[in-house]
Amino acid sequence: MLFEIFIRSQHGLAHKHVGSLHAPDAAMALANARDVYTRRHEGVSIWVVPSAEITASSPGNREALFEPANNKVYRHPGFYDIPPEVKNL
Amino acid sequence: MEIAAAPELSFQARIDEGVKIEPKDAMPEAYRQTLIRQISQHAHSEIVGQLPEGNWIGRAPTLQRKAILLAKVQDEAGHGLYLYSAAETLGASRNDLVADLLSGKAKYSSIFNYPTLTWADIGAIGWLVDGAAIMNQIPLCRCSYGPYARAMVRICKEESFHQRQGFDILRVLCQGTAAQKAMAQDALNRWWWPSLMMFGPPDEQSSHSAQSMQWKIKLVSNDGLRQKFVDQTVPQADFLGLRVPDPDLKWNEERGHYDFGPIPWEEFHQVIRGHGPCNRDRLLTRQKAHHEGAWVREALNAYARKHEKAG
Amino acid sequence: MAAPAVFEFCLRLGDNDLILSQRLGEWCGRGPVLEEDLALTNVALDLLGQARLWLSHAASIEGRGRNEDQLAFLRDAGEFRNLLLVEEPNGDYAHTMARQYYFDAWHLVVLDALSIASDASVRDIAAKAVKEVAYHLQRSRDWMIRLGDGTEESHRRLQAAADQLWPYTGEMFAMDEVEASLGDVGCDLEALRAPWREEVQSTFARATLAVPAAGWMQRGGKQGVHSEKLGLLLAEMQFLQRAYPGAQW
Repeated sequence: MLFEIFIRSQHGLAHKHVGSLHAPDAAMALANARDVYTRRHEGVSIWVVPSAEITASSPGNREALFEPANNKVYRHPGFYDIPPEVKNL
Repeated sequence: MEIAAAPELSFQARIDEGVKIEPKDAMPEAYRQTLIRQISQHAHSEIVGQLPEGNWIGRAPTLQRKAILLAKVQDEAGHGLYLYSAAETLGASRNDLVADLLSGKAKYSSIFNYPTLTWADIGAIGWLVDGAAIMNQIPLCRCSYGPYARAMVRICKEESFHQRQGFDILRVLCQGTAAQKAMAQDALNRWWWPSLMMFGPPDEQSSHSAQSMQWKIKLVSNDGLRQKFVDQTVPQADFLGLRVPDPDLKWNEERGHYDFGPIPWEEFHQVIRGHGPCNRDRLLTRQKAHHEGAWVREALNAYARKHEKAG
Repeated sequence: MAAPAVFEFCLRLGDNDLILSQRLGEWCGRGPVLEEDLALTNVALDLLGQARLWLSHAASIEGRGRNEDQLAFLRDAGEFRNLLLVEEPNGDYAHTMARQYYFDAWHLVVLDALSIASDASVRDIAAKAVKEVAYHLQRSRDWMIRLGDGTEESHRRLQAAADQLWPYTGEMFAMDEVEASLGDVGCDLEALRAPWREEVQSTFARATLAVPAAGWMQRGGKQGVHSEKLGLLLAEMQFLQRAYPGAQW
């Protein structure tokens, strides 16, 4: 599963989107995010969200507002359909 | 996905104005495909690049050097990850990209098809290969595609110590015993020309360049970067007391650049075609890791599915 | 306070970390998942950092002018003091995780005990390491559970690994004269057996694994009597320093 990662660094401010990673569930995504995006610095706050759970606005394109299937954060909604039998994350 | 002519003009205008293109923006299919290919090639290079250096983690000559090398190789895994993420924003899937690498269909930087034969090679890789990579990556921080540019910024920040550690390894060798100095010279002899080839074929032979330049996916020409690299690196070699293995290398006062000898392009093409010293080994190693890890990935998925309802 | 005993004790702790870190480094670029490659390398780096602290401290106690590198690269296998457990080869990922888990569970309780040791240096190193090792244990425990309760294949592999490595766990708690003589500079390893077992039993239950039956425990690593594997590991690790004696790197 693809997760989007948001980090708030030690010195405050809002969480910032830093990228994505693959993990089988949220718990592992969180652990991986610590290792990948913070290299384990203390005091950071991490949010992980499955990419498929993010609803995004469309970039000012009128047709897109009427296509609910087109509201995922990345380009091709079909990309999220990973069959459970697929052997890789 | 078809794009009408009018949106395509505004797409180019955005690029010309330096406005970043983001994942959901309308874009020509060729732009998307070129980016996927370029970004994934870069990602594959980072992943395969762990292997020549990883070869010496177990034999690093001091605990400090071991720690630094471990951290460097880990950074490279991280960079591969950031880049796969950037490619995925364009609709590619990491599984597919990896499958293309393992099948031999996708390319990665030719430099990683050379063997690391001595500890000095680790120094040479940091100094020359990372040096060349940084030269390519800094302009890419300004490329037109947002996620790629941001990944590059993150990578460049982490890259800063890589080149320095390589140079430092060689500096100590060059100040050491005669055998160590010879080791360093030998490494430079073997890594110099492949490093120059990292910048790709000469501009006039580079098929994708013009369109990529217009779309700001490529920001400096191959020859331009190559020249800059030579100009920057030769004084560093002089500092180390090492001899660049190019009898035609000469400062050209008129041009304000170093003249250098002909690049053995035939070797480059053979390596790209799969005939470099390590192509087979690199691919076999990655295939083996992937294949032997399949049961692990399946287990992780199975556990997650079993427990997702339990929450 | 017996200085030679403290020296020995620090070597044991440092050598555990060094040899295990060396093993983990072998996974670089070959792990099952990219994210995990990164995470495991973090563990290897942590352990290497801890090894350097213990070995440097050992060298300073010894007072013969040796440093961390001389201890790491110029001792023969008979002078290494690591547990037999950590010199075991990586095997498959189940084997690596089982080895890691058994070690982490012990490592944490030892460091906890040492963070109230009477020797300030020992205490400081332990206190610094304990945070990292708490995370190592969380990780390896999680892997035991995920692989144990994953697929039939992962379960089978992990049970086999847990069984195969079990005879190396007794050495972790078997105190010898060196450890017994440390007093409050060291810790009571015997007393750590029960909390370790409790941790293992609880994790194995969640992992649907069977705790291996009691049986003969292998010993000798702490006294310098190692398996055939350590010599090969050191031959690789120490090569450059041996081939180019006295050189700077």
